[in-house]
Amino acid sequence: MALKFADYKTDVHNDWCPGCGDFGILNAIQMALADLQIPAHNSVIFSGIGCSGKTPHFINTYGIHTLHGRVLPFAQGAKLSNPDLEVIAVGGDGDGLGIGAGHFVSAGRRNVDMAYIVFNNGVYGLTKGQAAPTLKLGMKTKSLSKPNVNNSVNPIALALVSGFTFIARGYSYDVRHLKELIKKSIEHPGLAYLDVLQPCPTYNDINTREWYQGMGNIDEDTHKQKPRIYKLEDTGYDGRVRSEETHSKMVQAIEKSNEWDDKIPIGLFYQNEQIPTYKERIDSKIPSYVKNPPAKQTIMDQDGVPTGDIAKLLESLRIDR
Amino acid sequence: MTQFHYADNSLTWVIGGAQGSGVDSAANIFSRACAQAGFHIFGKREYYSNIKGEHSYFTVRVSDEPIHSHVDLIDILVSFDAETVFVHAGEVKEGGAIIYDSDLAETTLREVPTIDEYAARRISSILERSGKAISVRGMLDQAQEKNIKLYGIPYFRLLKQFSEQMGDHTLSKLTRTVNVMALSASMAILNFDKHILSESIRYIFRTKPKIAENNVSAAGFVYDHVRLQFSSKDLTRELKYKRPLDNTILVQGNQSSALGKLVAGCRFQTYYPITPASDDSEFLESNQILEQNNGEEGSVLVVQTEDEIAAVTMAIGGALTGVRSATATSGPGFSLMVEALGWAGINEVPLVISLYQRAGPATGLPTRHEQGDLLFAVHAGHGEFPRIVFSSGDIEESFYDTIKVFNFAEKYQMPVIHLLDKAIANSVTTCRNFDQHRIKVDRGQIVDKVSMAGEKLDRKYLRFKLGKNPISPRAVLGTQNGIFWNTGDEHTEEGHITEDPYNRINMMDKRMNKLDIALEEIPNEDKAIAYGNNEDQDVLSVLSWGSTKGSILDALNQLNREGEKMRFIQLRLLHPFPASLLETLIRGSKILVDIEMNYSAQLASMIEQRLKRKIDYTVVKYNGRPMSSSEIYNALKLIISGNAPRRQVLENGT
Repeated sequence: MALKFADYKTDVHNDWCPGCGDFGILNAIQMALADLQIPAHNSVIFSGIGCSGKTPHFINTYGIHTLHGRVLPFAQGAKLSNPDLEVIAVGGDGDGLGIGAGHFVSAGRRNVDMAYIVFNNGVYGLTKGQAAPTLKLGMKTKSLSKPNVNNSVNPIALALVSGFTFIARGYSYDVRHLKELIKKSIEHPGLAYLDVLQPCPTYNDINTREWYQGMGNIDEDTHKQKPRIYKLEDTGYDGRVRSEETHSKMVQAIEKSNEWDDKIPIGLFYQNEQIPTYKERIDSKIPSYVKNPPAKQTIMDQDGVPTGDIAKLLESLRIDR
Repeated sequence: MTQFHYADNSLTWVIGGAQGSGVDSAANIFSRACAQAGFHIFGKREYYSNIKGEHSYFTVRVSDEPIHSHVDLIDILVSFDAETVFVHAGEVKEGGAIIYDSDLAETTLREVPTIDEYAARRISSILERSGKAISVRGMLDQAQEKNIKLYGIPYFRLLKQFSEQMGDHTLSKLTRTVNVMALSASMAILNFDKHILSESIRYIFRTKPKIAENNVSAAGFVYDHVRLQFSSKDLTRELKYKRPLDNTILVQGNQSSALGKLVAGCRFQTYYPITPASDDSEFLESNQILEQNNGEEGSVLVVQTEDEIAAVTMAIGGALTGVRSATATSGPGFSLMVEALGWAGINEVPLVISLYQRAGPATGLPTRHEQGDLLFAVHAGHGEFPRIVFSSGDIEESFYDTIKVFNFAEKYQMPVIHLLDKAIANSVTTCRNFDQHRIKVDRGQIVDKVSMAGEKLDRKYLRFKLGKNPISPRAVLGTQNGIFWNTGDEHTEEGHITEDPYNRINMMDKRMNKLDIALEEIPNEDKAIAYGNNEDQDVLSVLSWGSTKGSILDALNQLNREGEKMRFIQLRLLHPFPASLLETLIRGSKILVDIEMNYSAQLASMIEQRLKRKIDYTVVKYNGRPMSSSEIYNALKLIISGNAPRRQVLENGT
């Protein structure tokens, strides 16, 4: 029987603020899972802390709500131990790019086959609106007493130089487009970074839904309001690395990632399938890894006698031989 | 007062040298050779936090009788640099021997830059007081007055002669063989079987056959030189070949727990490099392709992470998929793991942390020994959650205990902190071959498949089901119909967030009650072991935990031989604390003595808190060097004499 969107819902009460951008992301994840017909028991959503951290509780798959900033190592541990699982990590920009930035960079170096979706709203919502790593320098959102004193991190560029092999950005109010990006990030063999612009209606009164949709962005020629968000694919941009063009594709992705204010690109910035995944790297050391990964190994017989056999190792330590 | 008895058929051999100059290889050859010659071995390695140049040394004690520790005095000091003579010549006992480089005899203390100021001041003041030159010569003169025999070896000249004899001039540049030449000189003094020596050299260099043969030849050359050069009155010692001990292995403490992990079924280990824990992970990775007796191809995935937070959280992620998962670290790394430890606790995740303690706090003495993390391990984390803290006393125990701690983790669904330390990790011993079938694997309650009635589940699976038994059956990620949620928040039976006050009580009770079950089920011999005199009343009882075991046993052996009524109680399960068993074990004890390698006598405070009985004496040590059996012997003698202070601080070791 085909799995439907509704099969991925739980009956847990959702306590996000009305109008929260997170709802669009949640729906897009559930729709992507249904489109891909991924059995509920075969997928795991890992999350960090904060409003976005609650996401797994609303999705009817295995859901592991971890610690602040640690979602990536938790998720990698599960994926490496059981590569058959479909692993999706989610979290906020503070979680992934502030407290968890070290793991973000190191995950890129490994290129484990999973998707990481960052709910990017520039504020720490659940702790009442402090500035988060993607908030621009000098911005004063409404709960800040002073303008933001830190410069913002560029998550697309950081993902790129860290080694993520799929880098895209979505917008939480374009659910259909976001769903397609989520599907691609799941299907991508390797580590996918998906940045999702997600207005926080309660604490970020600058990068609001209206702002993304063009408020105050007046076209000089037409004198009309122009949406800030545009789709890369509509401009003929191609982020996929096909042969020996990694360098130029990286440069163009960074160029695009610096666009902000009046023009904000969404879509696929970069994809490179030529970098070996972590699984392939393990395979070269442990030939039986795919067939018999850590979580699938038998470690004892029916009487509880260990099946791992270290007789040869012990033999080499014997002194009476 | 009687003195610690150094058995006639035993000797302590020490080799020293600059880090990176082959001290370890030489000591490994010596240990291997003596083990092959039928002796019991206990060895330990001391070294600086440094790659090349600082002083390191290896102590090997060999004996006809089983031994479990080192002693303070040296029978044979083997050196090929000046620093070793400066640092250790004073520890050589009367009638002992020093092998030194005769070209370095005139080296002054000031010419050795690696000796730090404190040590240099101590050495020069001793030499000054006895009116000796502040040089190697002065040290040797002083030794000679103690009737210590000196064996000057002209390494450089011998190397040259050796290369001429071999017709290979490149060999004269092989200063790297000097370590083996020094070792061989000591073997010549001991009239040790040359064939076994050669075999041991080949064994240690088994992956480099050409280097092995060069070393064998150089060793033979020096051996013959010494036998010819020195008069027969200087060559009266003998270590006689006997049949090697049956079914015995020579094993290092940084291999034993890793070997246990292979047997236990640990198939996923994460780590961030740290002394002295990295060896555990590196051993696993070098042996990651594992033979299985069921025809399957086994393997262990070892992942080096970006930090210890990633190490522990990645290990937890692995554990959620059902694999037996571990991480190995030392104090600084464990400090970073603490938040995640609580997450594993509230989510009832089986996880093993091998905590190889070293001297703290902060970076502390990064390559030195301490048992300073007991209370930390017991209390680590905010809030309250169950964990098991288990400590191994020696290398042999650490193998079997490693299998047990994985069983505990899965049976009681909680993190287990397996306390090990630098003294265990960097020691080597002969012991009975490990029996890989002795401890069975017990995975506790794992749900393989949640049953279905027709299309509908007959019952929804609840990961944290409340009931009479606080241990709820555990599904792992990927189990059909076994969907659950985990969260660091307090949770419902399904694993969803809730702040309900009554559920909070139920869930706290569920988790904490598992400790009562663990305490009830874990067998007594895993809680505490009593050695020695168990019948008599009015005895003195020594209480300790972890790697002090060997030194205490060896000291007690002699004290019991001298007629002292003593017992030793080794605590193994430290949390939950086996108070009632301990109460039984100390029954009839007139005096309680707590011995441990830390400043504040942490175990003593735990005992006093839980047993409502005062510890009469504490013997502590926190200079980074493990306790020797001789200093424990002396401390206990002082207590018996009635003249000991309530707290004795031991200070031996270099």
